Amino acid sequence: MSEIPLTSSVSKGCFVFKSASKKRKRHVGVGGYLVDDSDENGSDRFRICQKLWETVQTNTEVIQDQLNKKVLDSLAEFIKKHGLGCSSDVWRQRGRETPTAALMLGVNVPDHAMTFRSLCNLLQDSVTPFVVSVHAKECAAVKLLIQKVLEQLMGRGVSVDEEQEDDTALLQRTQCTISALCQWYKTVTKKCTQVFPQRTESLTNSDLPQSLPVVVIFKDFEAFNSQVLQDFILICRWDLCSEMCYSSIKFLPFIFIFGIATSPSAIQHRLPHSVSSLLCIEVFHSLSCTQHLASVFDKLILNSQFPFKLSSRVIQVLVGIFLYHDFSVQNFVKGLQFSMLEHFKSQPLSMLCCQKQEALLSAKTLSKKNVERIRHLPSFMRYVETQEPQEQVRLLTNDEHVKEVCQKLLKNLHKYHKNYYPILQCLHSLTSSLPKFPLGKHIRELHVSCIEKNLWETEEYDSALQLLRILAKDELVVALRKCAEILKSTKILQNVLQQLEDFIGRLEALEGVSSEDSSGNGILSGKMEYQKTDLFQLQKTLLEKESRRTKRMNPFEVLRSQVIEFIDSLVREYLTPAELQPLNEVCYYSSSGVLRQRLNVTPRTSIQAALSHPFYYLQNESLKTDAGTISSAAPDLCIVYKLHLECGRLINLYDWLEAFLTVMSAAEDQDTNSEECGKYDSLKHARFIQAVSEMEFLGFIKSTKQKTDHVARLTWGGC
Amino acid sequence: MFSSSSLPIQPLCIRIIQPSNLIKRMSVTLQCPGYPEDTLRSLAERLPCRETQLATLLALMGQPDQYSYPSVFIYGHRATGKSHVVLSIMKDLELPHASVDCVECVSSGLLFHQVLSAFFGPDAAALLPRCPSLSDFVRLYKQMSSNSPATQTRYIILDRAERMRDMDFSLLPALLRLQELVNDNVTVILLSEIVWEKFRPNTGCFEPLLFHFPDYSKAELVQILSWDHHPSYTPELYASYINILLGVFFSVCRDLRELRHLAVLNFSKFCEPLEKGEAKESDIHKLWKNIEPHLQRAMQTVYLREVSSVQWEQQQMDEKEATTLRVLSAHAHIELPYYSKFLLIAAYLASFNPARTDRRFFLKSHGKIRKTNFLKKHEKTSNHLLGPKPFPLDRLMAIFYSVVDSRVAPTASVFSQISSLVTLQLLSQVGHDDQLDSPKYKCSVSLDFILAISRCVCVCVRLLDLLALSLVIQSQVVRQERSLFTAVSNLHLL
Repeated sequence: MSEIPLTSSVSKGCFVFKSASKKRKRHVGVGGYLVDDSDENGSDRFRICQKLWETVQTNTEVIQDQLNKKVLDSLAEFIKKHGLGCSSDVWRQRGRETPTAALMLGVNVPDHAMTFRSLCNLLQDSVTPFVVSVHAKECAAVKLLIQKVLEQLMGRGVSVDEEQEDDTALLQRTQCTISALCQWYKTVTKKCTQVFPQRTESLTNSDLPQSLPVVVIFKDFEAFNSQVLQDFILICRWDLCSEMCYSSIKFLPFIFIFGIATSPSAIQHRLPHSVSSLLCIEVFHSLSCTQHLASVFDKLILNSQFPFKLSSRVIQVLVGIFLYHDFSVQNFVKGLQFSMLEHFKSQPLSMLCCQKQEALLSAKTLSKKNVERIRHLPSFMRYVETQEPQEQVRLLTNDEHVKEVCQKLLKNLHKYHKNYYPILQCLHSLTSSLPKFPLGKHIRELHVSCIEKNLWETEEYDSALQLLRILAKDELVVALRKCAEILKSTKILQNVLQQLEDFIGRLEALEGVSSEDSSGNGILSGKMEYQKTDLFQLQKTLLEKESRRTKRMNPFEVLRSQVIEFIDSLVREYLTPAELQPLNEVCYYSSSGVLRQRLNVTPRTSIQAALSHPFYYLQNESLKTDAGTISSAAPDLCIVYKLHLECGRLINLYDWLEAFLTVMSAAEDQDTNSEECGKYDSLKHARFIQAVSEMEFLGFIKSTKQKTDHVARLTWGGC
Repeated sequence: MFSSSSLPIQPLCIRIIQPSNLIKRMSVTLQCPGYPEDTLRSLAERLPCRETQLATLLALMGQPDQYSYPSVFIYGHRATGKSHVVLSIMKDLELPHASVDCVECVSSGLLFHQVLSAFFGPDAAALLPRCPSLSDFVRLYKQMSSNSPATQTRYIILDRAERMRDMDFSLLPALLRLQELVNDNVTVILLSEIVWEKFRPNTGCFEPLLFHFPDYSKAELVQILSWDHHPSYTPELYASYINILLGVFFSVCRDLRELRHLAVLNFSKFCEPLEKGEAKESDIHKLWKNIEPHLQRAMQTVYLREVSSVQWEQQQMDEKEATTLRVLSAHAHIELPYYSKFLLIAAYLASFNPARTDRRFFLKSHGKIRKTNFLKKHEKTSNHLLGPKPFPLDRLMAIFYSVVDSRVAPTASVFSQISSLVTLQLLSQVGHDDQLDSPKYKCSVSLDFILAISRCVCVCVRLLDLLALSLVIQSQVVRQERSLFTAVSNLHLL
């Protein structure tokens, strides 16, 4: 009361005073949150993280553009063709059908926004300035849809040149009709032809000078009300009859683009024949989302240039969300971003997770704390154990030595990654053509099994090698050629490439030497292909072959087994699991549990956890209880929840209240129960009622009319 | 011009319902006092097979300065020339008129605006207040018409008048007697595809003059379609082409516009043997043999808009008969995320199986069910004939958990998949009350679709068994034959 500020006013009233405590600012920027007392290089990590995120973003955009280029170009071609040329042939009267492109985008709705953005940009740059895109939720009625279209078109016209402000003022009045749009279109196209004389020249060929098409993009076709769509198409149609009779008001070259998530037959389901007969529909397919994911995966995860890595479990979580839940590449990239943020936040040593030179530099200047952290890394400890005792002592005591070793280890880690990916690709190209895909169809599956465990100890690898051992010569040569291509493009592992090419040369040279042998071999391999589907037969022939090999092997077989040995040795050398690499924790984010908890949330489980174990969220010592007992210290809601678990489908409110009171009174007065028994004060009653209504709010119970004084349970199980 | 001598024209009969004494049967030669004769003649030439309607209309209108009947209701099927005839009269005779398409008029204000600006110029229309009421319109109209009284009858032509029923309920009765209200020589002409009985408001109203435009007969269609013959071929050839075309399409489609479109699309194919020199123009039979299968194929594809007309033409250019175009409904397959597929399957099972049978299908140890009375009588009729039934979310999830092999956590994304299935219209939500507690859904995909999905999802044979079971129960599946529907819709059963 003492702090009432004085005013100069003599009258009574309300006065506004700005609080003086605003000067204290919390943090400067986002980076400030990372600066902590215990954390000296938080801002560095934040910087690295941001830089990495930028590369991720640019990369994904580039990938999307590349993959979408084909379909977008063909769309633009379609619009150009229909917008400029087609209506010239009067006899055919094509004009009465509105050209429509059905763009199939797949069910991954979150990814569509980016496609539409690039489509809009492309069309505006190369075809027509009049592009409108509408969302279903903005257009619940035809009126709103027309308004939206007019707003976007005319608004754009105004932004182009300022003299048209009076037009928008006119729009403010009731003039939300297509005829108003036609008027506007006429004036604008006239201006356009004045502004761009070169455009008019190109247009003089066709007899319609003003034929820049108006493109309307329906972003989510399925969600539109079909009546709205029908009306809009009817209004926008370019009818022979209306063309003649409504004079030329009606001439507006509309082109529709339907963004369809399901299948083209959705058009036929939404529109009756009388309306769909006004459209000239062509179907365009955009890229499939799995293909998109594969290229993102190649670029961001199977890339030694990108220092941040994911462990196998994390990859499984992210890919699982993609395949099982949403098919959305955007969400996958968001998941990647989240794991990056989480990694750089929780792992102080992640400051070493950057490009090689930078990492080496910061390894030189590690602080004492961070050196200690390195010593505690499990992978580093494993490394120390393998060293000589003398070296071990040095590593554990001498900070400078640790820094040097750390640099060496970082170099090794980078080298490991550099070699890992080409070899992985080689192995994938060798095994991806095998029947039944023993090592997985996609390279990501192979990658996951490689970084998880020793690949060569798995059964799948054995069976893959078995299958490789029976490859025919030409198949083997083709596969090896592919490997050589991959290695050539990376420009490392030159000695491996040398050896590979040597093998290829020897295989080819074999041709002339042993034609009679290869003929026998050809029959064998022919038979093999014939029986490929039958696994039992295959096994038998393999066994046969095994026994025969002991007898005699022709030069091809000898060479082939050499090749397989060589590949096996490569796998054993380069495709070691990442967890075995010292200092892998710096680059690898491995807490899949956190990721799953954050990205694939289970709201009901968390509500139930909160209600049955309040300690989990409240962290109050008094709430720690054994399972099965109901403590009176817990919040009322928890007590009520636990009691209701013991009931059937219908719950008697009075019994429930009794049980509640028993729990409440159990703790406070065990000995004075004689007078309290059977009575309750209104406070407890009120608390009970409140808790019950909260339960209703959370959706566990609802009132029922089947029985008086009862409520119905909405969940099942539990007791 | 194409001479119609070879084609017999059936005598047309006018069907005027009310008041019959007003109209007398007229000779085809038009003679209306007050209008220039040569314009009338050219008008009659431009409107083939509609001479009687034209004459009747002109008789109804009377001389330009005479008061006309307050409202005329013209009805007839799509593409029977209603608006064409009316608007041609207006244009050629240069009568003052306002033509309004009611689909465009999302509010009655727009209608008023268009009428006023057509009669009195945009300045008059600008005087309308922001949300004009009917009385605003009448007041403004009176004011304007007192300044410039009508020397000729003014006509307001309302196309697709059936949309008027969705507008303000007082609008239609008021427009029907607008002549009285504004005290001006004005006639409202309503054009619609449906009969007047569906319009009549229950409070009653002024009965307009009803005037029917009958469908074109086959001979008339031939005559009209022969109009736009190709300049480089003789009209006789084009007429025989039209005859062949109608022989194929007349049974499914009598829409003039559609026929005209098809005629244009397929003509180049018809002329192919002529251009190659394989046949002469007189070889009608040969030409027929060439075009007939082609037209049959067109009926299944381009007529149903399974293939766009441009693609159809390109296919003709390419000359490759073997390459079948990928039609729209051929891409019925949809890639869905793994759990979405199972959700959809579960929804299908919940929609088409009675809830009582869930215990039997989805519980491992269900009790014994007597086979004889397993299904009640009304359940023995095919559930597919009855359509999908709504089911609560709980039931969907229960079936979902029992159908999916692995354990699935009830994550938020599983539930969000349900709502995205709803936006994709693979499921539909039923009812709007009680959305929080127990929303209800229906499955809106066909059996074929579900079978395709389950085939690519399930390794487990059990699921296929389930679907097979539901098939056995629901004996017969009605296939949705789209062409059948189109034929039905062409009959205009309203």
